Amino acid sequence: MEKVLILGKKALERVINRICYEIVEKNHGCQNLSLIGIRTRGVYLASRIREGIKSIESVEVPMGILDITMYRDDIFKLKSPRVRKTEISFDVNNMVVVLVDDVIHTGRTIRAAIDAIMDIGRPKKIQLAVIVDRNERELPIHPDYTGIHYRVSPGEEVLVRLKEVDGADEVIVTKTE
Amino acid sequence: MEWKRKDLLGIRDLSKEEILFILDTAESFKEVSKRDIKKVPTLRGKTVITLFFEPSTRTRTSFEIAAKRLSADTINISSTTSSVVKGETLKDTVLNLQSMQPDVIIIRHSMAGAPHILSRILKSSVVNAGDGAHEHPTQALLDLYTIREKKGRVENLKVAIIGDIAHSRVARSNIYCLKKFGNEVVCCGPPSLIPPCLDQLGVKVEFRIEEAIKDTDVIMMLRIQKERGGISFIPSVREYSSLYGLRSEHLHLAKKDVIIMHPGPMNRGVEIMDDVADGPYSVILDQVENGVAVRMAILYLLLGREQ
Repeated sequence: MEKVLILGKKALERVINRICYEIVEKNHGCQNLSLIGIRTRGVYLASRIREGIKSIESVEVPMGILDITMYRDDIFKLKSPRVRKTEISFDVNNMVVVLVDDVIHTGRTIRAAIDAIMDIGRPKKIQLAVIVDRNERELPIHPDYTGIHYRVSPGEEVLVRLKEVDGADEVIVTKTE
Repeated sequence: MEWKRKDLLGIRDLSKEEILFILDTAESFKEVSKRDIKKVPTLRGKTVITLFFEPSTRTRTSFEIAAKRLSADTINISSTTSSVVKGETLKDTVLNLQSMQPDVIIIRHSMAGAPHILSRILKSSVVNAGDGAHEHPTQALLDLYTIREKKGRVENLKVAIIGDIAHSRVARSNIYCLKKFGNEVVCCGPPSLIPPCLDQLGVKVEFRIEEAIKDTDVIMMLRIQKERGGISFIPSVREYSSLYGLRSEHLHLAKKDVIIMHPGPMNRGVEIMDDVADGPYSVILDQVENGVAVRMAILYLLLGREQ
């Protein structure tokens, strides 16, 4: 299997840093701002964005963890997917919630995440931050903050690898041909 | 792990890994019950039938709430409202129900093994909600969940089960469950209500409540199963209560952080006194709360398996 490096450690760090500045700029600071990471990698990315915002604004924004399994539209096509805990300890009502995920592809994960958040409360706004946008949407969902755009060719898979789960910080494309 | 079972019939045939998988899944579903809007779309379009041929408040309501919180459609059928009263056999009743394409049938029946027979003839999943004096697997699972929640572990515990052991399906499922994790289990009750061969399950037997609860982490109280003739095995309820009823003065014998459990319904003043049932060591209502999460997990796993 061929692997192509799209973003290395430094480049990924810069992308996350830029997203932090964009979030602060777009929201005129971080009042009523919160971050919700979608399991698994979105959680670690949200945590890094929180650290980034803290270093810019000296404010620690609340952060939650979202598991979208209960909201998937393909749940019965999967082999008993593991449901894990959603941990959102703050009140999402009237908050600006920034959903964080590693890759956006069809948009179905984000649809499920929005449904899940709306069941918990009524945020003022929901925004979306992703590291990679694969630009192949099946639903009309668009990220507000994007690290890079990458159009995947047949046989290719784009992976955001994080040191917390994968042992390295990088974005790679794998080719199965 | 991957859940592969079509049915949940008993604790005895579940592996430790499967039991822990159910408990872990239940933990995720417990969060749903704490929300303002206690509903997720997970089982939308699925149909769950509860078929109860014995009275029940907790188990039946718990299953119904669990199914509804997962957005499944639920239908309740009891023995008095079913065509069984007109002479229809159980097999014909469930075959007719199956023609209406339910996804899960939850059954409680006075005959041990009834859910097992049905599981062989039904395409839909079958959950045993209590079969005679045989098993009550979901009760044992919610009990283990509560123990893990309160004690932080499911191993290295001393558990005393006190009461009508002979007629109790809860006792049987709990013994299987607790012994799988290597816990020390002590059963206690009048000799007439202690079944033979408990030692083959690795269970110690005591006939004095004071001995049974010495240094225990968990005390499970059981009622006398009147509907299975349990009352005829004791000289009098008053004598039983004085010898085997759990009173607050007993609790100093147990560990300082002991928890008191009861599967319900309680007979206050018989097997458990008011001050114990409502006291600080009691986790009886936690058991009921956790029952919903555990049953949500079971319905999810049975319906979410590879079809």
